[in-house]
Amino acid sequence: MSFLSYLISGLSLGSVYAIIALGYTMVYGTAKMLNIPHGDVIMVGAYISFCATAYWGLPAWVSVIAAMVVCTVLGITIEGLAYKPLRSATPLAVLITAIGVSYFLQNAALLIWGSAPKVFTSVFSSFEAIRLFNNQLTISPEAIVTVVVCILIMIGLTTFTSKTKMGKAMRAVSEDKGAAQLMGINVNRTISLTFAIGSALAAIAGVLLCSAYPTLQPTTGSMPGIKAFTAAVFGGIGSIPGAMLGGILLGLIEILAKAYISTQLSDAIVFAVLIIVLLVKPAGLLGKKISEKV
Amino acid sequence: MTKKKFLCILLALVVVCCMCVACGNQDNTDDTTDTTTPTGTTEASVIKIGGIGPVTGSAAVYGSSVKAGMEIAVEEVNALGGAIQFDLNFQDDEHDAEKSVNAYHNLKDWNAQILVGSVTTSPCIAVAAETYADRMFQLTPSASSPDVLTDKDNVFQLCFSDPSQGITSAEYIYNNELATKVAAIYNNGDAYSTGIYDAFKARADELGLEVVYSGTFPDDTTTDFSVQLTAAKDAGAELIFLPIYYTPASLIMQQAKDMNYEPIFFGVDGMDGILTLEGFDVTLAEGVMLLTPFNAWDDDEKVVSFVTKYEKKYGSTPNQFAADGYDCVWALYNACVANNITAEMTASEICEILIDAFTGGFTYSGLTGTDMTWSETGEVSKLPVVRIIQDGVYVDL
Repeated sequence: MSFLSYLISGLSLGSVYAIIALGYTMVYGTAKMLNIPHGDVIMVGAYISFCATAYWGLPAWVSVIAAMVVCTVLGITIEGLAYKPLRSATPLAVLITAIGVSYFLQNAALLIWGSAPKVFTSVFSSFEAIRLFNNQLTISPEAIVTVVVCILIMIGLTTFTSKTKMGKAMRAVSEDKGAAQLMGINVNRTISLTFAIGSALAAIAGVLLCSAYPTLQPTTGSMPGIKAFTAAVFGGIGSIPGAMLGGILLGLIEILAKAYISTQLSDAIVFAVLIIVLLVKPAGLLGKKISEKV
Repeated sequence: MTKKKFLCILLALVVVCCMCVACGNQDNTDDTTDTTTPTGTTEASVIKIGGIGPVTGSAAVYGSSVKAGMEIAVEEVNALGGAIQFDLNFQDDEHDAEKSVNAYHNLKDWNAQILVGSVTTSPCIAVAAETYADRMFQLTPSASSPDVLTDKDNVFQLCFSDPSQGITSAEYIYNNELATKVAAIYNNGDAYSTGIYDAFKARADELGLEVVYSGTFPDDTTTDFSVQLTAAKDAGAELIFLPIYYTPASLIMQQAKDMNYEPIFFGVDGMDGILTLEGFDVTLAEGVMLLTPFNAWDDDEKVVSFVTKYEKKYGSTPNQFAADGYDCVWALYNACVANNITAEMTASEICEILIDAFTGGFTYSGLTGTDMTWSETGEVSKLPVVRIIQDGVYVDL
């Protein structure tokens, strides 16, 4: 029975990682950059939702929409102010800028909301948990919603990139920026759109993350951000189903390693598995191997 | 070319302006840190007290509480208008050892004569090495590890030590038969948490209290405790000992409730603050037991007066850290008065006098205990008191 409950915790944690990883993978796919502040956008999303429910008394679903709107605007602003001027700069310059933006967001949150942790009220607090086998096994509403939302987002994004015009433009930009521009695709607009979608996903991830693990502080997003980035690499960065698979596997490995091997070594085990996977499949589980033409 | 020259001059001007503004800011911050400049007569001797603690960062609650408690005590001392006045300068260390040492150097430049701090353990260990070398008297309100005191005759604690918390907890649980099977969840990346757990485990083994499960987590940003709680539940633990800070503890209570698991939670002094956590559902903490030397809901005259002043000035209920800070200032004041210390003395002269006083039978009664005395090592004689949370307030047992 405890195995089943570990499995459920793992799936729920993994789905949160997966949603965050989707944001990383989309931005990496089109802009070919590591959007390190993604984890901090999650934190901002969670704070907005917290403020909307706790201070302004808005219903939970409105707070989610408010968080999505604010994060989308924030994502586009970050992209426009920090990354657009560096479009042709070296990847290292972009990376350093990304780290700077990440610190900026964390410290801005520290100034606005203070350092004392806040307890996030779950947006699903009105739902009852499912209790099975004479109360031996509990499935929280957060776990169910997180898994379902994760699958829906994955299906939505796959359809978007394969069926719609904008989605196809995104794929074109990800394959060859120069050629896409020659074909009449507005590269800048496509990248901005990717950031907008990625940041909206970050807001959803923030609300789900803090509903499941309710302490909220300015550093809330950084550790899940790093884990989700690992998940994206694990599944093959740039691949949407890969991010989802990577996220869920990472969550399961983390929880099961904690339960059956050691609570102290769980993170080490997660990263050891990552190293082994990358040694065997350098492009990640579902990543495409691209041979460079010389 | 002229355009370029113009730009250069403009740039130079901007740089100069920025520097002026920066200097101006510097002055401003200096002014604001000295908020409690005494208003007494000029003849009174003003002793400079330095304070160090985290006012920002993850442990900000502790530092800001100590700072607030100290400010109230300094105001009271200065309002007495006696021969000794205090001037307080409290520096932020963000719960970081290196920043704490920097803060100490700032205070030395300011000519601080006595140090209260650091508030948290690891920074305090780093600062203690410096004060020992410089011969400055140091009284920490809340750094509870014995490592703070090791081989340093000038460092004293106002709080009870980590091992005594672990031992008291084990004895209390055993003597009151709270549970036969006990689990513990602690942060093995933190000296404070591990120190209490080790003492607890050793004492529990001696007493024959069965510790059926010990779970660890690596740092205070950990959010998932489902594995540890499931294991504790499967092991049949009726009580979970939590020698940790209140932020992870709040998550553990939430997740245990979600799992339909209702053990008794037994915390230590790090649990203090859980009721003031913003957004926290206080019903989760109903029946939680914790060690705290200070009860803000006590009807003792001194406590009521302190709590009223604190609530009026800061708009919140003080925790034990605020009370510890308050007691530090008053203990120092009493010791200074009793030993005729004046502001003209150097830090090292004051240090030697205070060491003799504190180890020579000086007693102090304050908010966090009565008739406290200090041992040669610097440890205070103050026993941890177990209190229980009922209807959102602490209740004596």
